[in-house]
Amino acid sequence: MRTFLKYREVWLLAAIVVLIGLISMRFPGFAAPANLRQVFNDTSILMILALGQMVVILTRSIDLSMASNLCFTGMVVAMLNAAHPAIPIPLLIVIALLVGLVLGAINGFLVWRLNIPSIVVTLGTLTIYRGATFVISGGAWVNADQMSTDFIGLQRAAFLGIPVLSWIAILVIALFFLLMTRTALGRSIYAIGVNPTASVYAGIDVGRTKFIVFCISGMIGGLCGYLWISRYVIASVEVANGYELNIIAACVIGGISIAGGIGSVGGAVLGALFLGITSNALPVINISPFWQMAISGSAIILAVVLNARGERRQGRIILKKAEAA
Amino acid sequence: MTDTPAPRHIPDRLDKPFTSAMFSWEALLVAVAVAIFAVNSFASPYFLDAWSLSDLTFNFTEKALIALAMALLIISGEIDLSVAAIIALASTMMGMAVQAGAGTPVLVAIGIVVGLGCGAFNGLLVTRLGLPSIVVTIGTMSLFRGIAFIVLGDQAYKGYPPSFAFFGQGYVWWVVSFELTLFLVAAVVCWFLLHRTSFGRRVFAIGNNPVAAQFSGVRVDRIKFILFCLTGLMAGIASVLITSRLGSTRPSIAQGYELEVITMVVLGGVSILGGAGSIVGVVLAAFIMGLVTFGLGLLNVPGIVMSIFIGLLLIIVIALPIVWRRVRRERFT
Repeated sequence: MRTFLKYREVWLLAAIVVLIGLISMRFPGFAAPANLRQVFNDTSILMILALGQMVVILTRSIDLSMASNLCFTGMVVAMLNAAHPAIPIPLLIVIALLVGLVLGAINGFLVWRLNIPSIVVTLGTLTIYRGATFVISGGAWVNADQMSTDFIGLQRAAFLGIPVLSWIAILVIALFFLLMTRTALGRSIYAIGVNPTASVYAGIDVGRTKFIVFCISGMIGGLCGYLWISRYVIASVEVANGYELNIIAACVIGGISIAGGIGSVGGAVLGALFLGITSNALPVINISPFWQMAISGSAIILAVVLNARGERRQGRIILKKAEAA
Repeated sequence: MTDTPAPRHIPDRLDKPFTSAMFSWEALLVAVAVAIFAVNSFASPYFLDAWSLSDLTFNFTEKALIALAMALLIISGEIDLSVAAIIALASTMMGMAVQAGAGTPVLVAIGIVVGLGCGAFNGLLVTRLGLPSIVVTIGTMSLFRGIAFIVLGDQAYKGYPPSFAFFGQGYVWWVVSFELTLFLVAAVVCWFLLHRTSFGRRVFAIGNNPVAAQFSGVRVDRIKFILFCLTGLMAGIASVLITSRLGSTRPSIAQGYELEVITMVVLGGVSILGGAGSIVGVVLAAFIMGLVTFGLGLLNVPGIVMSIFIGLLLIIVIALPIVWRRVRRERFT
């Protein structure tokens, strides 16, 4: 039981349950399964993005360009769909993944080959990718009536009573769980975050792993480009403006250390859920949505304070199981 | 900060002073600035004109003012992402004071005090609790702007007194605006502080190795706290300037400024990992960013496309010395 309580995810889950409990005291319908399913669906995109950001942060890097990547890729697929409605949606998703991959690979290449700090590289590509969106679209919007019904309808279609968007999120969570806990790449990612120098001596190619990590976050950005556009059915230069900081906030609340090496898939998912629930619940319990930023800001500061304490006590995650045993 | 440190360039003993000056970061920036200036003056007939060049400075002085303090903060190994939110909060408070009938001196005082207070709050969180500044200031960024949103909702504060307009629109002498004068004075003060005082030396020491600095008797936490206060103060002053220039306050004021300020600092040759940089570089970078946006504006290039050039400039200027060094090493060894 005590080892159980050591896990940050348990505390975070408890916080979320308490949060839902408090909200349902004011508004009984909130905890209904249908509504919770809706909240999960609404938060799916943020969860997927947070997982992509997580692997980058774990290697002591950061990807500030994710939201711009999402915006660019979303515009590409929306324009393709508007111009050629005949292109099947699975192909469009593959295109979205590839475009995202290329953008992520550019970040990764600059970090790997030129040794420029990732915060500088992605600060640059953040503005470049968003500017490029304007260039390809000429500043025009792609509206709902220009998109095909398949394009919009896919993620809304229900499978076993749950929307496809939620299924995609579940699939991505499962893939990331396998990646981080069952593969050598996942191990290397943690190792680099804990100690880059020791990782080199352990035979891990640090630069190449960082490159791969940026490719992953780029692909996630691309995937969410399609999901975002087809969900909110409008593609413009303004899509997800400033969202990169929400993604990082979800990671921080989820207990992923910005100094690298500490964090888990469960944490990132729960961090995103926490943000999603607060933003979903505010209008329901009659609090002005203008409070949302202040609340998430306070949550971030609180989470960092707790993280700092947790890190001191727990040590790095790579040793956590050994320590508990 | 979160990356593994890149190898620093340690000057070769055989480098002559002249050649090392020629290949210094500042020289590179001057070359870039001159090139952009030349392109601009050929590209648009409206560019080379005293008033037009004076207008140019409004593009960057407010952000550059913050960049000066941010440079010191980043050299010490910390960062402040909440500066734009501090501007919004200070501006909101000034707007509330105006509704209560406050005069210009009170407004300026409120702007400065709120800025200083927000900076001190960041500083306390970082130094007292030992938290990473990048995360703390992402939090306070939402918090400060959130408060502005709570107070303002979707409204705007207007009705600033006419005498308040001087700070953002007034001219001190002929075409020299108050903003530019303030920026130049602040630049000289920051240059002196960083490069000519023991305080500046300690800032570099902390950025290079905080633990070693601590053991050498440097009060690391106190200096970091002062630097956060200084950045907050500059954001407060910038808030006075912007609010005065726009004559209104909206909760979305100065959105995205934090990234532009950091771009300026990094473009100015300050290492994002801390421990290296100069004020001259930051001032030059500010002028370069001003020149680029103004020149492209004259050519009717939309703002969002300008950001491509700023982003490219950032990456190319940072990558250039690295590529150059690599090419040279391959040729001679």
